[in-house]
Amino acid sequence: MPEITYISPDGTTTTLDARVGDSVMETAVKNGVTGIVAECGGACACATCHVYVDGAFMDAVGEAGDLEDDMLDGTASERTPHSRLSCQIKMRDDLNGLTVRIAPKQV
Amino acid sequence: MSHESILIVGAGQAGMQIAVTLREDGYEGELTIVGEEPHGPYQRPPLSKAYLAGDADVESLELRSPSFYVERGIVVITDEKVEEISFEGPSADDRGVAVTSTGRELHFTGLALAPGSTPRRLPLPGADFGGVLYLRDLADADELKSRWSTAQNVVVVGGGFIGLEVAAGARKAGKTVTVLEAADRLIARAVSTETSEFFRQAHERRGTSVRLAAQLSQFVGDGDQVTGVQLADGEVIPADIVLVGIGVIARGELAEKLGLEVINGAIVVDEFARTSDHRVVASGDAVLLPHPLGGGTQVRLESVQNAVDQSRIAAASLLGKSERYRAVPWFWSDQADLKLQIAGLSTGYDQTVVRGNPDDEKFSVLYFREGRLIAIDTVNDAPDYMAVRRALGDGQTIDPATAADTSVKLKSLVIDA
Ligand SMILES: Cc1cc2nc3c(=O)[nH]c(=O)nc-3n(C[C@H](O)[C@H](O)[C@H](O)COP(=O)(O)OP(=O)(O)OC[C@H]3O[C@@H](n4cnc5c(N)ncnc54)[C@H](O)[C@@H]3O)c2cc1C
Ligand code: FES
Repeated sequence: MPEITYISPDGTTTTLDARVGDSVMETAVKNGVTGIVAECGGACACATCHVYVDGAFMDAVGEAGDLEDDMLDGTASERTPHSRLSCQIKMRDDLNGLTVRIAPKQV
Repeated sequence: MSHESILIVGAGQAGMQIAVTLREDGYEGELTIVGEEPHGPYQRPPLSKAYLAGDADVESLELRSPSFYVERGIVVITDEKVEEISFEGPSADDRGVAVTSTGRELHFTGLALAPGSTPRRLPLPGADFGGVLYLRDLADADELKSRWSTAQNVVVVGGGFIGLEVAAGARKAGKTVTVLEAADRLIARAVSTETSEFFRQAHERRGTSVRLAAQLSQFVGDGDQVTGVQLADGEVIPADIVLVGIGVIARGELAEKLGLEVINGAIVVDEFARTSDHRVVASGDAVLLPHPLGGGTQVRLESVQNAVDQSRIAAASLLGKSERYRAVPWFWSDQADLKLQIAGLSTGYDQTVVRGNPDDEKFSVLYFREGRLIAIDTVNDAPDYMAVRRALGDGQTIDPATAADTSVKLKSLVIDA
């Protein structure tokens, strides 16, 4: 199982094993990592699952799709080149070790 | 009073959120959620979308993992229905007891009702034929799926969100699809004529036959299985599956037993999610609530957003805090490659402005009341949707005279009210 490390706005880090195919959002929310709100449950309709992807994984994670790109324009925290909606990143074995910082404000 | 044991009836989106918020807000007493389905809280939206298409499994629908509840001391009882419920007296310190279908007694000092809603049934001759289906829970979705691969003809009765999502999925899977709608337009309760007309054309472009003002006389069948739907003029539309989606009825049964104010099944709450008996809070699909964007009328909101945000308010009220419900309502519906997103409440609108060209399958409809922006529908246009959601949340507006100008971003047209 690939691991994901979440860095919360207060600096706490949590590392979880993800099911391959589950999203970075699902893995966090189901296990109670706070800070990712994910109101729409992964439909790319709420922009409340905003994370900043660690530089080392930017290439592996790839770019946001068109809809996600549009939704990212409306995030509550500042959008940076590292911004992604975590519901749109599906876990794969080669993403093992993925580290994301959770955006401080989601709603 | 401060509570020692809180009972939440209904293990759905709202019930789960009340429990989670109670713990986040520091409540340390006993906490039990009881639900009559065999599953812990799960997401319903994918039932008519990814789950039906085979792109999501049961585990991926879970709202939280089983260990999440254990770690937070939240007891989730499944497969048991609360049948009786009462308080021992009228005062704030009086305790209550609920009795479930297995005879189990659950004692509580604080109570939250989150029973959701149930599909409105269509009482036509032949309603009991196998293959006449409704879609509210996983059991319904599994029944639909079990017939899905062999079904060629799908008839959807009711052109609302769920019906149109299923219709879109069925077309995508190559089935012959007919939507029968009694009203003269689709999704008539929720959107403007412009949006309705767009969806009629878009579904027809994808090969679905949409019949408006359709009058049904009966379901026809062979043995105990449905084979078609007969219209008032005698025409029979063949069907291997009939999916009925004609709205829902709020489940106010328990609230009635408690003597709470209930209108048409819906539990009446105030802006703090308190029922007419202030010891009891209620949230989610089952409530009728006042909303600052509702133009003074009480509204029922059947959405994930409402289940989540209003449940947070309910949890706060149980802990003796008074937080007012004012979150901007929003909603989405995925129909094939069309993403409809709605923000705000269009109740009582007196003007609409269409932004963009519906023929491009990317446009918005903005709703105004007395010149002030109150809501938006967007199709495949997330930036417009986000702009309005933010504007409404910040109490801002857009001038209807400028709103149609697509040469500028909608975001830049937002002004202080
Ligand atoms: C197919 C489908 C698609 C949807 N798509 C969308 C969408 O795209 N976007 C969106 O925003 N919303 C959508 N919704 C609506 C959304 O799912 C609901 O608004 C939300 O689930 C409401 O949450 P709730 O907790 O109030 O009710 P529910 O989720 O229905 O939960 C209530 C639970 O309480 C249980 N219960 C009731 N009475 C008792 C009792 N006496 N004892 C024990 N248990 C009891 C019920 O069995 C149920 O499990 C969809 C709904 C469906 C059915
Ligand atoms: S969970 Fe809603 S956009 Fe990611």
